[in-house]
Amino acid sequence: MSPILFWIFTALMLGFGAATLINRNPVASALSLVVSLLGLSALFFSLDAYFIGVIQILVYAGAVMVLFLFIIMLLDLKAEQRRQLSLPVLLGGAAVTALFVTQIVLVVRSFHAGNQSFPPLASKFDDASNIGNMLFSHYNLPFQVIGVLILVASIGVVVLSKRELN
Amino acid sequence: MVTLNDYLLVSGLLFALGFAGVLLRRNILIIFMALELMLNAANLSLVAFARFNGTNGLPNYNGQMLVFFIITVAAAEVAVGLAIIVALYRARQTTNVEDLNSLKF
Repeated sequence: MSPILFWIFTALMLGFGAATLINRNPVASALSLVVSLLGLSALFFSLDAYFIGVIQILVYAGAVMVLFLFIIMLLDLKAEQRRQLSLPVLLGGAAVTALFVTQIVLVVRSFHAGNQSFPPLASKFDDASNIGNMLFSHYNLPFQVIGVLILVASIGVVVLSKRELN
Repeated sequence: MVTLNDYLLVSGLLFALGFAGVLLRRNILIIFMALELMLNAANLSLVAFARFNGTNGLPNYNGQMLVFFIITVAAAEVAVGLAIIVALYRARQTTNVEDLNSLKF
């Protein structure tokens, strides 16, 4: 992928990610998050992870964000009124985040092994087929455990959202 | 030329965005969206490393499998978390975490 496209999608992802946090209106936040996740899936495509990119669009930008929007509209949230964030909280949060970013930049700059471009890939390979082979041979047990996890989660959601029966 | 470090830096910045959101926002739904941003940042660096450590012209699929499982678990987590938020809203009629302080010492 050309560097220009990489930086365009990065800017899209980070910009709309920031918009998610800055917007007062929860619906606008959720829609910004959709665009941010779409930018991220473009980065997945740029890393030749086609299956993961498609899954990202289907699961995150599709299912998860629809769930978010559905809950926001169910709760009928208004844009929150401007509450004064206490100064210690604001300063503490900003300071911890700034320290974190500094740390990330320092670590990445000292990581010289990563300072080269990616190795070339075969001209043709079946991404989904390779992932399927891996999933059903080497990762068969985790795959089935994930099935149980989703079953537990769906039962849990039904129990949690049921009204009290008296 | 886009290097692995570029992807790692972008992933770190995305994680920092989500981190700042969790620390600074007070709406529990927005905090939840910021958590999703952090999970996705981890996914991005995993996929970048999987591509970087490829052999025989193929990416390293172990990393991509981990991302696959993270996405699945995150979807289940979102479903349960939103159900908890709905139950919380029914009990308290608020989504502001500063109003949810009955466990505060």
